[in-house]
Amino acid sequence: MIPVLLILIPLVTGLIGFFIKSDNGSKSWSLFSSIVTMVITFAGVALTNGNPHLKFDTEWLPSLNSHFSVEMDGMGKILTLLTAISFPIIFIATWRSSYKNPGSFFALMLLSQAGLMGVFLAMDALLFYFFWELALIPVYFLCSQWGGEKRIHATFKFFIYTFIGSLFMLIGIIYLYYHTKDHSFSITSFYSLRSIISSQEQSWLFWLFFIAFAIKMPIFPFHTWQPDTYEQSPTAVTMVLSGIMVKMGLFGLIRWLAPVLAVGTWAWGDTVSLLCVIGMIYASLVAIRQNDLKRMVAYSSIAHIGLMCLAVFATTQSGMQGVMIQMFNHGINIIGLWIVVELIERQYHTRKISELGGLALQSPSLALLLVIIALANVALPLTNAFIGEFMMFNGVYSSGATQYNVVFTAIAAISIILSAVYMLNMIQKVFYGNTNALTANGYDIKANEKIILAVIVVLILVMGVYPQPIFELTKGTVDSILGKMSYK
Amino acid sequence: MNAIIITAVWGAVMMFSGIIFKKNDTIRFTAILGLLLLLIGNIMEMRGSRLFDIDVHNMLYFESFGLLFNSIAFGSTLFYFLLSAKDIEKVGTNVGEYFALIFFVLCGVSIISSFNTLLMLFLGIEILSIPLYILTGSDKRDLKSNEASLKYLLMGSFSTGLMLLGIAFLYGASEKGTFFIDDLAIGKAVASPLFIVGLILLMVSMAFKVSAAPFHFWTPDVYDGAPTVFTSFMATIVKAAAFIAFIRLFHDSFNDIKPDWQIFIAIITAATLLIGNLTAVFQQSVKRMLAYSSIAQAGFMLFALLTLNSTSQEGILLYTAAYSIATIGIFAILIKMKDYTFDGFNGLAKHQPVLAAVNTIFLLSLAGIPLTAGFFAKYYMLAAVLQTGKFLWLVIFAILCAAVSVYYYFRVIQAMYFKEGAAQIHETSPTFKALLIIIAIIVILLGIFPQWLIDTLYNINIYG
Repeated sequence: MIPVLLILIPLVTGLIGFFIKSDNGSKSWSLFSSIVTMVITFAGVALTNGNPHLKFDTEWLPSLNSHFSVEMDGMGKILTLLTAISFPIIFIATWRSSYKNPGSFFALMLLSQAGLMGVFLAMDALLFYFFWELALIPVYFLCSQWGGEKRIHATFKFFIYTFIGSLFMLIGIIYLYYHTKDHSFSITSFYSLRSIISSQEQSWLFWLFFIAFAIKMPIFPFHTWQPDTYEQSPTAVTMVLSGIMVKMGLFGLIRWLAPVLAVGTWAWGDTVSLLCVIGMIYASLVAIRQNDLKRMVAYSSIAHIGLMCLAVFATTQSGMQGVMIQMFNHGINIIGLWIVVELIERQYHTRKISELGGLALQSPSLALLLVIIALANVALPLTNAFIGEFMMFNGVYSSGATQYNVVFTAIAAISIILSAVYMLNMIQKVFYGNTNALTANGYDIKANEKIILAVIVVLILVMGVYPQPIFELTKGTVDSILGKMSYK
Repeated sequence: MNAIIITAVWGAVMMFSGIIFKKNDTIRFTAILGLLLLLIGNIMEMRGSRLFDIDVHNMLYFESFGLLFNSIAFGSTLFYFLLSAKDIEKVGTNVGEYFALIFFVLCGVSIISSFNTLLMLFLGIEILSIPLYILTGSDKRDLKSNEASLKYLLMGSFSTGLMLLGIAFLYGASEKGTFFIDDLAIGKAVASPLFIVGLILLMVSMAFKVSAAPFHFWTPDVYDGAPTVFTSFMATIVKAAAFIAFIRLFHDSFNDIKPDWQIFIAIITAATLLIGNLTAVFQQSVKRMLAYSSIAQAGFMLFALLTLNSTSQEGILLYTAAYSIATIGIFAILIKMKDYTFDGFNGLAKHQPVLAAVNTIFLLSLAGIPLTAGFFAKYYMLAAVLQTGKFLWLVIFAILCAAVSVYYYFRVIQAMYFKEGAAQIHETSPTFKALLIIIAIIVILLGIFPQWLIDTLYNINIYG
């Protein structure tokens, strides 16, 4: 029953939220809803995998043999946990931002949470597709209504991109459906397809799915929607987009593509890996040149996601385990970064690195917390990202799936160095150096913002020192997926 | 049979209603009453009770598929009447006649959903078309309306001529010399050239009726020129009916020689999708955009004709229902707008949140976004083609076109929600809004549980 609650609570509270008119009312309502969801998620995560409370299955469309089938497995737990923790953080961190039509804004946020939860829990391909789109529509409206000046154009591009991708995926899903023995959308039927679908079919089917996932992640060269959309969206939405929604692509890859079309995945592994490393270097170089904080973080995100995608195609225990933990950590870290950006923008009304400077004098606690978050983003030891990235590099290096493993590892490592360049450069220019006319009258952040950033920093450090619980959560999923991906 | 008789009789009743009743309200009420009777009569027939027992010499054949479609068409017309009947009164002075003509069109609809010979098909198409020529030109003071009507009449007559020619060819080429569609099926995969010529002529004239490219040229002008209330009716119920006739004809008569004509339909489908979607992108008027969108939607419905399997049979019913109610809803809102351009919708969400919200749901449904009826409609069409294992290129092409369609449907949403402006709108009543909300809820429910429509309709039918 727990997975159903995780979808229903945000859905129902979201629909109710449309009718709340007052600013504070809708904020409290959505915060309340997201905290309830979070508590239930904790309960779900605490149960052992396979517990009957973590499953729900009922007939949905009998004529198509599609089921409303949801389950919280290891990977599902990690990502629902990320979703459940992120939303309260986002709501509290942006508490002071004011929106016109607050009721609709927060209602749409909750609806997108329902969609995300559904994506991570669905065990039926058609249901997965449903939630995949359900997560997109509210975000489209959020960005277009409350975004920056060029929002309509930017978010429309984003919408069209992802919509084309999902339609390709829909064709892939229908095609696979007709090839399952029992004409079913269930994930187990899909997993038994690998012996039925020939390798030629797998090799083009792979792209039908992968384009959808690559656009969502995004992987070079499908990334062009991303910096514009991140820049134009209201920051709360950017946090959802970059912290959680990009994980949908990785998640889809790991659950719905790699184990289902193992031969296709092997066949195209090198090509995709090449795209990943090109994207990593390219995005890092572009990030160095950015003057806008939001765009810089957006490009840095492309680089990080590229590494995760690379590690999935390495098909090693260490790499896959690293992806699992990093999906969670990257979400936390990037939301932390966005909060800092939001705080700076709200106070100084600019995001231009060149116009800021010396913020550390005015906002010492902000500076301190930012430095930790930024270091986590560069994957310094003792921070959470270090574990994940180390394991992924280890996985890519020891990969038997490609003969270019050393090359890929080396190029990917360069992008980590580059990430240190732009992160430290940003810290130095924005937080240190001399204050100017704009930043001289700054003040330090408020208590609730301190608490939220502190929570993130604590998460970063705890996960960096003691990541074992997450390994144990996902071990089962990783083993079973690698078993299905193995080329035997 | 019930439907044919009731529509014809009630059509006559409506003609005289203008003389008998002085008030427009009474006339409107009579029309809605007639439609309810019609719907009930049709459902009774699906349950097995025929009110009239007439020997039709096997020229009409009432099976579940056609009757199901009748129910959908009459149900959509009911929504159409409830939403837009008041706007019909604004077109001109002869209110009773407009309703009468619509009932005659519905008579044609019930004939072409049950024809068993080519003669009945021809009669049905004509009974359906002639009232439409009049309705198109019903705004006598408007030159555009007159022009549209004349254009429609000329082009329509031309296509009728082709249809008759095709029927004659088929009659001559068939071994038994017959008009019956079952007997036309030759049961083997090779057809004589004469037979193919007849088939293609028939295909062209039907493609004209469903406005498939390259026989679509009349559509934008006629839809644009006709009074908007009647465009709504033409673009939905009438077009869907023509599709049902098209599909029944090809399913019963020409299924054996599919390889001979399938490639033509595939090309027509591709052309329709391409032209409909690309041209819709460049429109400035929402009404004209909807005309092209109806061409684009026809492209998707042609998939049912291309495949002719059980998935597509269920799918086309869902598609016609989903497409009709969403389009009727959009038109009902469009009629209330003072400015038909995209800019005319600017800022509608601020002043009319309900109208903007339901309009968004209808547009999302037309675009085929999940959670709306339009998604499953498109799903069934794509699945029907993928099931055959052929024409994968066409499926890929269709989804690229579907992505294009998002562009012009979302332009309206963008105008309503994200652009500043003061959309000018005629007065709307609370019942009008309530009805739109009900339709929007139906669209969403069909988008979550599409089998509700298909199963319920199948269950009340005992012929099986």
